Amino acid sequence: MIKNRFFWGAVAPVAAILNSLLFVYIILTIRGVDPIEMFKLMLSYGFDPRNLVSELNQTVAYYMAGVAAAIGFKMLLFNIGIDGQYRMGAFFGAVVGAAVNLPPILHVAVIIITAMIAGGLWAAIAGYLKVRRGVSEVISNIMLNFIAAAIIAFLLSPSLLGSLPKGSQNVQTKPIPKSGQMPTIKAFDGEIYTFLFVAIAVGIAYWVMLNKTVFGFNLRATGLSFRAARSSGVNAPGMIFVTTVLSGAIAGLVGIGTLLSDTYSYSMAFPSGFAFTGLALALLGRNHPVGIFFAAFLWSFLERSAPVLEFEGVPPEIVIVMQGTIVLSIVVAYEVVARINLRQQQRAVGNVNADASSLKESK
Amino acid sequence: MSTKTKPEVKRSTKTKSFFRSPARITLLIAGLFFIISLVESITGAKDISSPGTSGATLRFAIPLLMAGLGGLWAERAGVINIGLEGMMIVGTWTAAWFGYLHGPYIGILAAAVFGLLSGLFHAILTVKIGIDQAVSGLAINLIAAGATRYLSGIYFPPVGGDRTVSPPVETLPTFTVPIIAPFFKSIDDLDIFFISNLSGIIYGVTRDISVVTVALLLLVPITSWILWRSKFGLRMRFSGENPMAAESLGINVYRTRYIAISISGMLASLGGAYLALVASSVYREGQTAGRGFIGLATVIFGNWRPGGVFAGSILFGFTDALRVRQSESVMALIMAAGMVALLLAIYYSTSRRWKPAGVSAAIALFALWVNQRVDTIPQEFVTVFPNFATLIVLTFLAQRLTPPAMAGMLYRRGSE
Repeated sequence: MIKNRFFWGAVAPVAAILNSLLFVYIILTIRGVDPIEMFKLMLSYGFDPRNLVSELNQTVAYYMAGVAAAIGFKMLLFNIGIDGQYRMGAFFGAVVGAAVNLPPILHVAVIIITAMIAGGLWAAIAGYLKVRRGVSEVISNIMLNFIAAAIIAFLLSPSLLGSLPKGSQNVQTKPIPKSGQMPTIKAFDGEIYTFLFVAIAVGIAYWVMLNKTVFGFNLRATGLSFRAARSSGVNAPGMIFVTTVLSGAIAGLVGIGTLLSDTYSYSMAFPSGFAFTGLALALLGRNHPVGIFFAAFLWSFLERSAPVLEFEGVPPEIVIVMQGTIVLSIVVAYEVVARINLRQQQRAVGNVNADASSLKESK
Repeated sequence: MSTKTKPEVKRSTKTKSFFRSPARITLLIAGLFFIISLVESITGAKDISSPGTSGATLRFAIPLLMAGLGGLWAERAGVINIGLEGMMIVGTWTAAWFGYLHGPYIGILAAAVFGLLSGLFHAILTVKIGIDQAVSGLAINLIAAGATRYLSGIYFPPVGGDRTVSPPVETLPTFTVPIIAPFFKSIDDLDIFFISNLSGIIYGVTRDISVVTVALLLLVPITSWILWRSKFGLRMRFSGENPMAAESLGINVYRTRYIAISISGMLASLGGAYLALVASSVYREGQTAGRGFIGLATVIFGNWRPGGVFAGSILFGFTDALRVRQSESVMALIMAAGMVALLLAIYYSTSRRWKPAGVSAAIALFALWVNQRVDTIPQEFVTVFPNFATLIVLTFLAQRLTPPAMAGMLYRRGSE
């Protein structure tokens, strides 16, 4: 039974990945290069130990975005605001981290908690609008992403919270002192961020919270049926609000690994686009902490190994198309599977009814 | 403005008719404009009503307008189109590439065709297969961005372009409206208070306008006519409000939505084509710069009506134009907004509505404070003004908005 469930859980994601591979295969054939050669090239480049390290670091960032999205999904919330929440978290984490002076571990903890609070508070705006004003979280979060980027760009100016290092054009926050930095593990000429362990802890906490606590039960119940949960005594609007804030708090951690182990300051060079990635990973990983991890790894693997295509005259942006296709394939696959299940159920119910009525007639 | 005491219940209908009457709208706009002229003569910021600004406003507004109309078409039929941004990207790229190959008119035609196809893609995913509308839209944004970058890398470098920039495309003809434009220019030059300011604006939008601009502007009344006067428009709005009832009356909801969303894609793509061929003469990566999302915002801002979308895109285009041209003007504008808020406060307190009066007074005070204390408004905030304004509208005026009842909901034929 368990085996069967695992099989059916994995079949849709695998089918989606195969489908997008087929799509890319066709595109590459049109381009006039041998697709199999390209895939081999990407595999050998991507699994090169040196690249694996940076992939792992990137995976951690994506993983946080994926978990943040998954918490929202469990409540049928579409947290497209991860981008803004992550910016808020990373920025205020960097600012506070540079401003305070504390003993090593405490310092790191303060930065992480600040980032979570900043991300959570930013998400709270969307949560409030959703619960109290009935504003769709999709629209409000899209707007909030733009607003967050603008606020941070404004605050980053050297006269406010930013600074301009000598000989550099990029404004950034003041650097975090040594006590606030996280150590790295040296491996294969690379450095693995120890933030990885925080990510693992978050993944475990997410699973325990969802499956072993009353709060998690209420959360899932509200996600499955708002009205049923409400009539059984769950404060459903409150749950929506808390879930949004929680999702935002996790999203606030997306940039922390890079911040504390690599750059030590926030700048406009921090990448964007985590919102859609997070949602994609949660979809691909079926909201399961382990599934999301594999999805996140796949994503960073694709991105890291794409540049090798450049040498063969294939623009690496093909990978973006591939990611988009994976997402579309996966949701289509879920939809189709759900519909087949529904039809089977309906048929089963129909058969039972038919038996019952024929029994009546024969009597 | 009649301030006679009327029963409280009738207030909403009263405000509605007040805003709907064309004469009063004209009066309101004129009043608003009078304030702006006043502020201009006080502060000496001449750029708000200069011909250059009004011309730039129109250029900035058209892409937003097209994205907004695209969003309107889709949402009126019951499907939210978050893929507007991606469809605009499709428009910029195809317009530039086919424009480079076969001339700008073919470029626009190609943008329309490919936009239609991208809209159809969204329709198949959301209507026939029934996947989440937001997921589909976001995936389209991603795929469009990735695919155009991929194709640019292949096609542009060999023909004198760049990995991110297309080769230049032949420009489209522009014209100046005879008689009207020179007439208003002469008045503008006279520098009379109010009248010259008004003429300056008219002169700005009648000189050097592209034929494409005029054609695209015509889509506002056309959309309005289709939505409210044609049989198809009725079916479309019906599909957006209550698809089940529509189906029971024999309307083919799926087909209606297919057509509406395809047109939505076409309109957004034409907005992209405008960016590539009229506002500039090349495709540039990231040219759309989130305009598809601002288009989505204008739909909300315009309360799901073509006229409203038009007004919203002019407003957002105006702030965009000011940001690019002269940021000091933004300060003058804030002063004008403060004056409007002050007048509103007085108006509300005469009719003893203390809550809105208080809010307006607070806004007026805030504007005064900003005016005294802040030197320049940071560019970033002007850029996100549309997003911020939409959030405010959603927060405080959500009760007054009338979105299509079923926009964003999944509808499956035969289900409840």
